[in-house]
Amino acid sequence: MAERLPVALVTGFLGSGKTTLLSRLLARRELGEAAVIVNELGEVAIDHHLLRRVDERTVLLANGCLCCTLRGDLADELRDLLSRRTRGEIPAFRRVLVETTGLADPAPILNTLLAEPVVQHHFRPETVIATVDALNGIGQLERQAESVKQVVVADRLVVTKGDVAERAMVDRLEQRLRALNPAAEVLEASFGEVDPAVLLTPGDRDPREIQVGEPAGHDGDLRAFVLFVDRPVDWSAFGIWLTMLLAARGQDVLRVKGLLDVGAPGPVVLNGVQHVVHPPEHLDAWPDEDHRSRIVIIARGIEKDEVEESLAAFDAAARAS
Amino acid sequence: MCALCGILLQSHWAERGTGRRERVFRVRLVNRVLAHYGLELGDWSGRVYVLRDRKGKSAVVGDLGSLWTEAERLAGRPLDPLDPALVAALRLG
Repeated sequence: MAERLPVALVTGFLGSGKTTLLSRLLARRELGEAAVIVNELGEVAIDHHLLRRVDERTVLLANGCLCCTLRGDLADELRDLLSRRTRGEIPAFRRVLVETTGLADPAPILNTLLAEPVVQHHFRPETVIATVDALNGIGQLERQAESVKQVVVADRLVVTKGDVAERAMVDRLEQRLRALNPAAEVLEASFGEVDPAVLLTPGDRDPREIQVGEPAGHDGDLRAFVLFVDRPVDWSAFGIWLTMLLAARGQDVLRVKGLLDVGAPGPVVLNGVQHVVHPPEHLDAWPDEDHRSRIVIIARGIEKDEVEESLAAFDAAARAS
Repeated sequence: MCALCGILLQSHWAERGTGRRERVFRVRLVNRVLAHYGLELGDWSGRVYVLRDRKGKSAVVGDLGSLWTEAERLAGRPLDPLDPALVAALRLG
């Protein structure tokens, strides 16, 4: 199978600077040839890139779960882009950038990339970037559930308009973002400028960079906490536990992300958004001496202790089996 | 199957890259959990699983992803790994 093409998602609330960020990114030559899928034409500076428009069309699957819907519009566009690229009708783009609407839920888009039969073999999710406006971000996070979801799902958070906001306001927003999503990297963009190498490098914030003493964040009944496990976890037990947890509480487990020590030479990289789980990647080696498992969980109405006890019980059952 | 490249669809993330031995172990471990709900899982030719309750009702499931939804349907109650009663049962062995 040919190498799968990376797809980066640019999400963020209305007016938070998604289009500006995208336009600046596309102007950078080092980005390479990109196909861009947007919801509204006319604003993105496309230059030499390919631009496609989609309408948000979702296909609701039988289980009725919203995060498991397939974005049929996106799948159609990706399949069409692939066919035309293969036939040589369009340049051989190296990546795809998808700009969502301000109210879009990124979970169905990730599900489309990971589960749609054709798309999953030719494309892979690269990263989810969420823009947050320094002037209005705090207010949007308080009032708009969509804004919170976008922040929680993101791998990278880009604070925009920091150059026109007071420093204290930017600091307050960044503190809030880190509490909501300790697994994401927080970057600042001035007039939309962020180095593509920083924004689009493979992988996310290494969960080992999360400080042991970093306080758990909470936002109403939303909690972000980090589980540390000192000894290797049985991979079968973990798979059974996580599939069962997501089946029972997937609507409330907004994010699972981390590194898992399964007793192999390297860790397993975990990344999930509600019911949508990226294929776990088994790394060859740990980059340093700290081999403890670290799992960031962002969930509604679920406490760290109960998750810790449950995982430990499943792991203990595996050892006794 | 992917129409463009003809490659079979990927297996479930929790079962990918594992062999027969791990599958047997997985079934044994799942049964530790399902026993709490009066259910049992069997392996059918290493391809699909068969889920049964004590009254003889059964369901065929393809992978761990679809297992829990079917198990909940057969059990007639939620299957929650955070349920303290299940956690205690697993601890007792």
